Amino acid sequence: MAEFTLPANSKVKIGDTHKGPDDAGDIRAFKVYRYDPDSNETPRLDTYEIDLDDCGPMVLDALIKIKDQVDTSLTFRRSCREGICGSCAMNIDGTNTLACLKPIDEVRGDVKIYPLPHMEVIKDLVPDLSTAYAQLESVEPWLKTKTPPPPDTERLQSIDERAKLDGMWECVLCFSCSTSCPSYWWNGERYLGPAVLLQAYRWIADSRDEYTGERLDNLEDPFRLYRCHTIMNCTKTCPKGLNPAKAIAEIKKMIVMRQ
Amino acid sequence: MSGSNRPLSPHLQVYRPQLTSVLSITHRATGVVLSAGTILLVWWIVAAASGEEYFNLIKEIMSSWFGLIVLLGFSWAVFYHLCNGIRHLFWDAGYGFELDTAYKSGWATVAGSFVLTGIAWAIGLLS
Repeated sequence: MAEFTLPANSKVKIGDTHKGPDDAGDIRAFKVYRYDPDSNETPRLDTYEIDLDDCGPMVLDALIKIKDQVDTSLTFRRSCREGICGSCAMNIDGTNTLACLKPIDEVRGDVKIYPLPHMEVIKDLVPDLSTAYAQLESVEPWLKTKTPPPPDTERLQSIDERAKLDGMWECVLCFSCSTSCPSYWWNGERYLGPAVLLQAYRWIADSRDEYTGERLDNLEDPFRLYRCHTIMNCTKTCPKGLNPAKAIAEIKKMIVMRQ
Repeated sequence: MSGSNRPLSPHLQVYRPQLTSVLSITHRATGVVLSAGTILLVWWIVAAASGEEYFNLIKEIMSSWFGLIVLLGFSWAVFYHLCNGIRHLFWDAGYGFELDTAYKSGWATVAGSFVLTGIAWAIGLLS
């Protein structure tokens, strides 16, 4: 049964305020979710006043500046800072996105930053993604074949066949979409979620893959696939502009068509 | 999960309401309203079957300001659920998933539900 409120240990209280420099030109408040697993305290929302005249343009720039210059204990994942690695996914200004792709000036007022929604928090902005990764593994996101490969060439694909994978291979598995989905919030341990289903369809749609039927069998389940109610928060939030909702619809369609 | 004491990150509390999610939850809410409204309908038919006196009582309740508000809400729920249901049929057939299409069909659903409710009431009140 869905729990619409946060458990007692997860309620967020008001935290500390770190004032910006007095001579700053353009101060903006960043309100950042903090949770320290080594303390016995519940999560809090700390405020950091940042001079935007002395900061890069993206939300990730501000987070890095905070960690470098204000509070070294602030913890978040980041790597490529250009939307390729998918590490810095978080909830910024009420929607999930990659901090490195989110311009600060797209946010009006205080910049509120939370970890990806409805996930167990390891520390600050770092959620535990192990369930999501296990779900990804369950759809076997790799090429599976029954016939032996051609002796002297790769498994070939026509240009049209290859084009069917566009809009799917670009996924960086940041899980912004899955954690924007209310169905995934309420049934995240049984429903695979949009990110994993997009990956599942990426292999179903691959002309070289020879396990299409088995893959569909694995998904044909009231929870794994059919908890998708076409809310479309996933497509709305994808920082890469992909369309998991459409991929899920294609899977549902294929299951109907093969009957 | 791990059974640890890790907190759960905020979800409904922080996620920005948007057309996608608001129309979806409204679809479910109007579905519940339709179930309740069907009981109302049955009540009305049973009243009609049990004689003039009881039927007139129901008629009186339904035409009071409270009854009218309930009927207005019920009729809007019917038309909203109908319009959004048609939207879902297109989705089920694989159409209309582009974000701008989904937003256009979403606003069309909202507009359609009000327009159809207005037409139904205009017909009802003028005839």
